Amino acid sequence: MISPESQPAIEVTDLTIRYGDRVAVNGLSFSAMSGQITALLGPNGAGKTSTVETLEGYRRPTAGSVRVLGLDPVNDHRQLVARIGVMLQSGGVATGMRPAEALHLFASYYDNPLNPDELLELVGLADHRSSTWRSMSGGEQQRLSLALALIGRPDVAFLDEPTAGIDPAGRQLIRRVIADLRDRGVAVLLTTHDLEEAEKLADHVVIIDHGVVLADGTPTELMRTSQGDDVRFGAPSGLDVSSLGERIGAVVTEASPGEYVVSSAATPTMVAAITAWLAEMDLPLADLRAGRQRLEDVFLRLTADAAEPAAEPATTRRRRSRR
Amino acid sequence: MKALLAQTRSELTLSLRNGEQLLVNVAIPLLLLVFFSAVEVLPIPTGVEKRVDFLAPGIIALAVMSNAMVALAIGTGFERHYKVLKRLGSTPLGRGRWVLAKIGMVKILLILQIALIVIAAFLLGWNPGGTPLLAIPAVVLGAFAFGGIGLLMAGTLRGTVTLALANGLYLLLLLLGGMIIPFSEMPGFFGTIGKVLPSGALSEVLQSCLRTGAEPAGSAWVVLGVWAVLAPLAAVKFFRWE
Repeated sequence: MISPESQPAIEVTDLTIRYGDRVAVNGLSFSAMSGQITALLGPNGAGKTSTVETLEGYRRPTAGSVRVLGLDPVNDHRQLVARIGVMLQSGGVATGMRPAEALHLFASYYDNPLNPDELLELVGLADHRSSTWRSMSGGEQQRLSLALALIGRPDVAFLDEPTAGIDPAGRQLIRRVIADLRDRGVAVLLTTHDLEEAEKLADHVVIIDHGVVLADGTPTELMRTSQGDDVRFGAPSGLDVSSLGERIGAVVTEASPGEYVVSSAATPTMVAAITAWLAEMDLPLADLRAGRQRLEDVFLRLTADAAEPAAEPATTRRRRSRR
Repeated sequence: MKALLAQTRSELTLSLRNGEQLLVNVAIPLLLLVFFSAVEVLPIPTGVEKRVDFLAPGIIALAVMSNAMVALAIGTGFERHYKVLKRLGSTPLGRGRWVLAKIGMVKILLILQIALIVIAAFLLGWNPGGTPLLAIPAVVLGAFAFGGIGLLMAGTLRGTVTLALANGLYLLLLLLGGMIIPFSEMPGFFGTIGKVLPSGALSEVLQSCLRTGAEPAGSAWVVLGVWAVLAPLAAVKFFRWE
């Protein structure tokens, strides 16, 4: 057993993965500790799945190395699989199988499994004794997949999009279970598109795109160190930004229709001056953010394509990032 | 051992819960046996006294093919499609025990299925001859040959393609395999092809084991043996888990 302090549970060092000519992962390095939830974030095609599948032993690195609990996922596969739990993004269970059957079957693979019936209770599927996988809702399937990842008391859990397409209650339940795993000392590696989820749940965030690390730190660190000094607000489009700029003594730009950026430290005086000007002009204020940015802002700025405008309204940007 | 038993039991439960699979495995062979024993539409080889004496060995061969090839291919093909195999790859079950569980499942289903066919055949007045004990190794070789073909399809093709191909192959191998239509009634060309097919080899061998006066099946044993070795080897070589 590796003590949480001594060595990371997951170590990725200069990992490169190529499929023919295409480079999926390009010299990626990061690590994840026991007792922490590490969120691996990135747009589709960023290299998340390739990285995670290499950690799970499904593929070999083209170059570089990965270690999980100090083991090589391919060469030490037999030892490793007894100590990891994997939740695939979809599927993974025979369509005619019932939840209790699946859990009892998986329990038989491990030396010291959790009690399948208690686990069924924990993920809220105790009432689904007679439904088969094929007749379960997406959320129920996700919860069973999560339970199957936990049945063997893993030291490392790989969870791929654990709450994708789940109703809010199911999402809460899954987040509670994941937080509890962390508290019991498990290293959790979460891949997700849901930035709000990463912000709420993760102790450690690694943002990747095009197979390289763009940012690595705690959510707070990432949000603090981000491009910092500006005030952003939403108001009707087409405002006279030069008039506002003169009045408050700072450069104001309309980053996208109805979304304004004031290049100035977010002091209370500055915020008051902006709102006063809007009040004088009798204009509504849609929202106002000063100083701390959301993880989503950080993520989008880091992964923004040149083709994509830097600051579209948040709602459409989120949809894009999920696509 | 615990995992192997649990896996085998799970495979069996899922097979028995799958209605379409039971239809292919059990109902169709039994239906063919009863129907063509009772209704005199198909030719039988000269010198055979009762239709069931010719049909029973062929239907046993058909049961081996439908179970070890069709049902295994379709079941495994969809497991691969739904990432069941991928998920198992990250558990301590391991490929070895997974294969053993599949073999165990096919074996148990075959025993049940052949028992039903034998009972039905006796009720229809079957009078087996030859050396029935030799039918056991023949069925085992046949199961390996067809199982290899089934896994080769399941492990290389998309789930829906496997479904279509397994069913198409079933019909082709049934018609050309001498299972219900004797080789002696086919044009020479069809007969020649039929005899090098695993279905043809298995039904020839089973005829020789189970019917008095059937031709000895020396070369058919060789053909069957070759299929029983090559098909599983090809499956091992080309099988893709995702």
